[in-house]
Formats: sequence, structure tokens, C-alpha cells
Amino acid sequence: MMNLSDPAIAVRDLRVARGGAEVLHGLTFEVPRGQVTGLLGPSGCGKTTLMRAIVGVQIVSGGEVSVLGEPAGSTGLRRRIGYSTQSPAVYRDLTVLENLRYFAAVLGAPKDDPERVLAEVGLTGAAYQLASTLSGGQLGRAGLAVALLGRPELLVLDEPTVGLDPVLRQELWTLFHRLAEGGTTILVSSHVMDEAARCERLIVLREGEILADDTPGALREHTRTTDLEEAFLRLIEERAAA
Amino acid sequence: MSLAITLATARRIMTQLRHDRRTVALMVLVPTLVMILLYYVMDDERAFGHWSPILLCVFPFLVMFLITSIGTLRERTSGTLERLMAMPLGRLDLLLGYGLAFGLAACVQVALALAVSLTWLGLDLPGPLWPLVLVALLNALLGTALGLLCSAFARTEFQAVQFMPIVMIPQILLGGILVPRGQMATVLDWISNVLPMSYAIEAMAHAVADTDPGGEFWRDVVVVAGSAVLALLLGAATLRRRTS
Repeated sequence: MMNLSDPAIAVRDLRVARGGAEVLHGLTFEVPRGQVTGLLGPSGCGKTTLMRAIVGVQIVSGGEVSVLGEPAGSTGLRRRIGYSTQSPAVYRDLTVLENLRYFAAVLGAPKDDPERVLAEVGLTGAAYQLASTLSGGQLGRAGLAVALLGRPELLVLDEPTVGLDPVLRQELWTLFHRLAEGGTTILVSSHVMDEAARCERLIVLREGEILADDTPGALREHTRTTDLEEAFLRLIEERAAA
Repeated sequence: MSLAITLATARRIMTQLRHDRRTVALMVLVPTLVMILLYYVMDDERAFGHWSPILLCVFPFLVMFLITSIGTLRERTSGTLERLMAMPLGRLDLLLGYGLAFGLAACVQVALALAVSLTWLGLDLPGPLWPLVLVALLNALLGTALGLLCSAFARTEFQAVQFMPIVMIPQILLGGILVPRGQMATVLDWISNVLPMSYAIEAMAHAVADTDPGGEFWRDVVVVAGSAVLALLLGAATLRRRTS
């Protein structure tokens, strides 16, 4: 049995090649349990590929990924991880509620779970709307709602706050922290630096390599700046100088 | 594999169809309308009696092949397939879900076409009705299974629809509809022997002509059903949990 102090995700020397080119160059890091960990970096730095490897849908060329004590992609993990992709993977020709009911049935989630997750992402009012008629932000939240079904132990969320207004973004971050307090581990990616401050831990990725793996506070201290955007730039300079 | 997940998948696909009324209308009405057109073009009871079972054979296959290949292609491109592959859904759950949902749709399609043919168009069956329905249904399942399989090799909808003539036309040409299979060149006869549609057409011919379909009919039925199962398993093999 695994210890609660064991990391939720342990990645060792992970290498992934896509289309003949290596996009992740031997990543090693851990994600602690019950915290919100941010995966930051510019578009194209390998965030999505890394998340796919953790969820177990990415073909990897080397290294080890262990999730909740099991190798990534194990059958037993499929009920324990909630995953929402960047482009919302929902059926556009079904209503939001029909989508949730179907995925809940696949997961074997409780009957009232669709209504619960709808309320959590603030989409109750759009429950009977066809997904194709939703706005981009609403679609994203519908995708996020699917990931919340069945109360998974680990949430892997790829850019869940893109295109949302500041109020909604605030609400979602409050939700993430509430879930983390309840023991859920959350790995959330973003290319917006100002969201980094809301995470308890940050993994900064650039061109398939880890630039930093620390708390936001320690990162500011290390780079002697209060601004995380600035900190990111200094990290790149540091790397170039080394 | 889980029965609950298979049924939930079938229900989800039927709900998708329900939201797309025009597709349902086309699916149900077109075979019947073509049957009526055929009747007036032939203007001859015997010729109609010869051609109508072939249409009943070809239509469920054709329509289900197209709808399934586009449907699964959409699952691949929209990311819902990746989402499902990260969930506790067996690959056969998905495929059987499609088979079940479209099999039911095929039932409605065939029922209407048959009802109109047997009443208004005066199609005469010496034997019972069920062999005909059985063959039409098996053909729908075969179309669904092959559609699933072919969609794995298509990246776009443009490619997917063009698999239809590739799969369909050789089977019709070699299936003994235009030229009896025995009169074809030996090589073509061999090819014809491995194409499932040849058996489906033969089975349909028995279903409309025999008062009591016997051994040969059942052999053909087993071949068509076996081909559908084989295509379904091959289709399952093309669904990958991990992709690059």
C-alpha cells in the first residue's frame, strides 16, 4: 500500500519523441499530493505531451512515469485520474447534461454526479443546451466538468482557464484549491504567468526541459524579482549563461 | 468489457442521432424511396423481385458503413476517443455500442423498406419473412464493423467517404449481381469467394426464393456474421490507448 507522503506523480528521465523529433528530453520531477501544481511554459514547450504521458495516452520513448503508485496508463488508474484536454473533448451534438451522463456511466460515477459537477463549474444554467451552441469558455468548463466526474484522486487539467473572464477564472481557482484541501492532487497547465502565483508549486518547462521546479516564493527569491514573468525571463538568461 | 458501458455507449449514440433529425429521416426514408423508384423503373414484377432483395442487402451495409466511418472519425478528431481511452471503457464496449445503436437504426430502415415492398410494391415471398430481416441486419452490422475498421485509415472526412466506393463497388461487381459468379474468370471467382458481400447476396437470394431456407442459407449467414465479427475485432485492434 502506498504512503500518503509518497508523491502523486513521479517522473524519471521521461523522453518522448513526436514526428521523429524528441520533444521531452529526459524530465525528472515529482508532484506532491493534495496540492495545486502548476505546469508553466510557453506554447509548444511540451506541456500537453507531458500531461498525456502522465494520463497514459502518450507513446513514450524512455523513462518511467508512476502515478498514484502505479505505472502510468495502468487499468486501475483509469477511474482515479480526471483529465481535461485543451480542446474540450465533448460531443457537440449532445447537450451538456447528456455528455456528463454518458461519461458518468462509463466511469461508474454516482447518479447525481452530473448535476454536482455542473454546479461546480457554474454551468447549471446551460445543462440542456447542445454543446455546439456553447461559447468557447463554456465548452472548456463542460470539458472540465467531465474531468471532475467520480471525484478522481488526481486531476490533470490542460489550460482549463483559457478564454475565461477574470471572475470565472477566480471561481475556478477557488474550486481547485477547495478540491486540493479535500486531498485531490491537481496538475494544471497554463501559459499565463500571472496564474503561476495561485499554485503551491511550479514546474516551469521550456523546449522540453525543466527550467525550474519550486514554490512560487522560492522562485521569486532565487531570481530576485517579485514578478513571475520577469522570473521566467531571468531563468532563461541563467540557462543561456550556464 | 462491461455490459453497462456498452449499453450506455449505444444509448449515447442514439441520443446523438435523435438530435440530428435530418440524418434519421434520410436514413429511414432513402432506401424506401429508392425501392419505389426501382419498382417504376423496372415496371416488371419479376425483375423487381430479382433486384429488390439486392437493394435490401446493399442499403443497410452502405448507409451504416458511411455513418459509422464518419462517426468514429469524428470521435478521433474531437478528442472524445482519447478521453474514452483514458477511462475504464473497453475497446469492444465502444465498437459494440456502435454496432448496437446502428443495428437498431438498420432495423427501422429495413422494416419500412420491407413493409412498403411487401404491400404497395407487391413483392412476393414464398417463405417466411425472418430470413430476409436477419440477412439485412447482419449486413448492417457488417457495414458498421467495416466502417469502424476503415475509419482507422482515414485522417479526414474526405478520405473516409472515399473508402465507401473502394469497399462497396468491387463487392457489388464481384458479388454475382451483374454476372453470375460461376461465369467470371477463375481469379475473379476466387476474389469473389473471400468477399463477404458475395455471401450476403446469396443468402438474400435464398431468403426471397426458398420456402424453407436450409443448409446453404445458414452457411452464408455464418460467413457474413463471421466476417462482421472479424472486422469488429480488427477494428478494436486499430483503437489505441496510447498514440504518438
